[in-house]
Amino acid sequence: MSERPLLEVKDLSKAFGGVQAVSRISFALQKGDLLGIIGPNGSGKTTTVNLITGFVKASGGKVLFKGEDITSWAPYRIVRLGIARTFQMVKPFYQLPAFKNMIIPLYSPRVKALAGGKYGDRNAVALDLLEEVGFERDAQVAYKVASVLPQGYLKRLELAKAIALQPEIMILDELFSGLSLAEVASIVPIIEKLLFEGKTIIMIEHRLKELFRIATRVIVLNYGQKIADGSAKEVMESDEVKKAYLGSED
Amino acid sequence: MKKRKERIDRGIKVRSEDIFALTSWREMLYLSAPRLIPAIVFLVLPLVLEPYWQRVLLSVAIFALLAISWDILAQSGMVSLGQALFFGVGAYCSGIMNHYFGISPFFAIPAAAIAGGVICTVLLLPVLRLRGVYFAMVTLIIPLMIERVIEATKIFGGTEGISGLSVIPSKWLELYILMAALLAALFGFRRLMDSDYGLVLKGIKDNDRSVMNAGINIYWFKIEALFIASAVGAFAGAMMTHVYRFVGMPVFALDYSILPIAAVMVGGSGSFAGAVLGAFILVPLSEALRALGGLRIVFYGVFLVIFVVGLPEGIFHFISRKYQQFERWAEVEK
Amino acid sequence: MLLGTIVYAIINSVILILMSIGFNLTFGISGISNFAYGAFYILAAFVTWMLLNLLGFPYVLSILISIVFTAVIGALMYRFVLMRVRGQVLSEVIATFGIGLAILEFFRYLGFVGVEYALPVFIDESFMIGNVYVDMQRILIVLSSIVLVILLWLFVHYTSLGLAFRGIAQDERTALTFGMDSDRIATLSVSLGAGLAAIAATVIIPLGTISVSQGYDVLINALAVSIIGGLGSTGGVIVASLLVGFAQRFTDTYIGSHWTMIVSLLALLIVLVIKPSGLYGKQKELEERI
Repeated sequence: MSERPLLEVKDLSKAFGGVQAVSRISFALQKGDLLGIIGPNGSGKTTTVNLITGFVKASGGKVLFKGEDITSWAPYRIVRLGIARTFQMVKPFYQLPAFKNMIIPLYSPRVKALAGGKYGDRNAVALDLLEEVGFERDAQVAYKVASVLPQGYLKRLELAKAIALQPEIMILDELFSGLSLAEVASIVPIIEKLLFEGKTIIMIEHRLKELFRIATRVIVLNYGQKIADGSAKEVMESDEVKKAYLGSED
Repeated sequence: MKKRKERIDRGIKVRSEDIFALTSWREMLYLSAPRLIPAIVFLVLPLVLEPYWQRVLLSVAIFALLAISWDILAQSGMVSLGQALFFGVGAYCSGIMNHYFGISPFFAIPAAAIAGGVICTVLLLPVLRLRGVYFAMVTLIIPLMIERVIEATKIFGGTEGISGLSVIPSKWLELYILMAALLAALFGFRRLMDSDYGLVLKGIKDNDRSVMNAGINIYWFKIEALFIASAVGAFAGAMMTHVYRFVGMPVFALDYSILPIAAVMVGGSGSFAGAVLGAFILVPLSEALRALGGLRIVFYGVFLVIFVVGLPEGIFHFISRKYQQFERWAEVEK
Repeated sequence: MLLGTIVYAIINSVILILMSIGFNLTFGISGISNFAYGAFYILAAFVTWMLLNLLGFPYVLSILISIVFTAVIGALMYRFVLMRVRGQVLSEVIATFGIGLAILEFFRYLGFVGVEYALPVFIDESFMIGNVYVDMQRILIVLSSIVLVILLWLFVHYTSLGLAFRGIAQDERTALTFGMDSDRIATLSVSLGAGLAAIAATVIIPLGTISVSQGYDVLINALAVSIIGGLGSTGGVIVASLLVGFAQRFTDTYIGSHWTMIVSLLALLIVLVIKPSGLYGKQKELEERI
């Protein structure tokens, strides 16, 4: 079906002084895709995400969401449109309990608008969302102060914060990094459920095995350029990709 | 045998965070005392003090308001080195309205508070997007520059200022308006900062990227915080104008910028109670030291440095900790 | 009239540059707040005066001792105060401001106010440039300014210590991993900044008297010039000083001396509206802030 893509990235580029971090990246995302973005360190993955979400101003190219040009939009406007992202380095508000950390996303004007102009009980919604991402309700993990929570929970908190915004597109930057196999295995169902609910997801990952099980499409970046685009199997068989990844297996 | 200091929340504190299940008068007293004491003190003090110290109380209230204004900004991540700007703009607005337009203080003061808030916010808009350091620098020099501009151009009375302004009919009214304003500010802003709105502001200070990532326009929040803080400062300035029936260049002086900061440093940021406590300590102290003349300011300077470096959390938090927790030495387990 | 205005405008600008480079070095380049800067300026002047008039030392010796003394005070201020609050900009600003305040008001308290508190000019002669009368002291100011700026520029861009100054401002952690002792470098930076303030005081004060309120003025000027030119950029400081210096002087001649301060204020406000991070400011709003 030739529907208009949900997200289109056209020739996106960014130069930081003399360094060309991202160079003419293009891809299109259909609703319901789970796109994996992979590539060696420094290949421009996070920068690409920063460009799409407005945290960095593009040197060239366009980003279109449902046909609308959002290239030079401020981050908060892009979030309000329905694109949410997580950060690679999770930085919660450490002195606050986990559920209090959820208050700020739940205070977002988008949440208010989607709820028909009222906020509802933020505390209750926070607790529900946290339970959905695996904060055990009976152990009251959600009440624990963020500084005592291990990385697995902090990553889930970060995910919950993005889910709270009820986005159409979720961009997850290295969600699996720093997690044990068991922790990753417990988060994957949550992501699959999100897909099932109709969300479109982009995941930047280094953990290729886990990513390939769920990704519908994968693009590979190297030195700021896209060197492959296709299904997981196609991409891994490409010579270019093998060369780029030489020596770095997961 | 190694020992460490163990701090444990008192039982009532632990419970009062969550559920309110008070079991005795003693507990109710424990919780209500910190809130009732300031209220009672503020309301009773004007009655028991002699006129000289009533004047001092006025000063305390004004500086306490300025300190609260500073703390609002500080908790939102904006460091103001120029409370004098808000104070002076409010003072002049009210003075001008009264002198040139004959508006009575009852209207001029609130109007000046709002107008002052608007003017200062608009003035500082451009620096809100930049690193905090710019905000600090700009707030520091603008009042000083304005002072010199007034001196040079002699507008609004120049170095002589505007005198003979209308007075607030009764001395008691003056005092109680200020006391009421102070109480309202203290408890009102405390509630504000404890609410989810306040959480967003504190979030902006802690990690503004994260707040932006939640689809919240942090600049708009900063503007709101700035408006509130500058309106409070302007109110203080406007009140001062009518208490002393005079407004002149000195309202932009460094004193009004520094003392509020010193008050918060001494009392402790983050709770507004610290700001008020700091003012209650420093202003009478400064009055008592009046005999020392210029040396007073030297003391401020040194005092400021000692507190900033030595007791950064401030007195209020220190007391609060002692009140809410008890400490004991415990053995370090193997 | 025009020539005279231009000549004095240049001199005015140069005075601003001289006043500001020390501040720019510490705050703009190394990222350490030193709001006691104006106090150091006046401190140096008073120390020279005391050595000269109370102890009868020769002028040159007084100046040298005073510069070294001020630099040492700067280092001590870092060691005992700034080091403990390093990284918390607010505390740095308040603490250094407190110290500056204490120093300046202490002098005022001691009564160091009056016409007798002045420093003699170096060479009491004057020149004619065209039909304009310029005294030697002012020429000296221009010359020393040029020399200092060039030296500073070379230092910051070409010597390892200078690069270290910039390094600790940009990314302290990385600087530490390179084996740079961040505290030692910071001490040097504050010290050098204070020393530059002292040198500036030495050449500029003889034009008038030593006044405590000038201490605040110096800080205001240095801050204003830094904001307009852009924090950290020596080029910015120069351009901003030229702009403000010329604007002030021309206003003084053609409109009236009362208005010079307004001009500075206006310049500041205009810059804030058009390019808040300053003319050569390297700030790019959000990108830079993270």
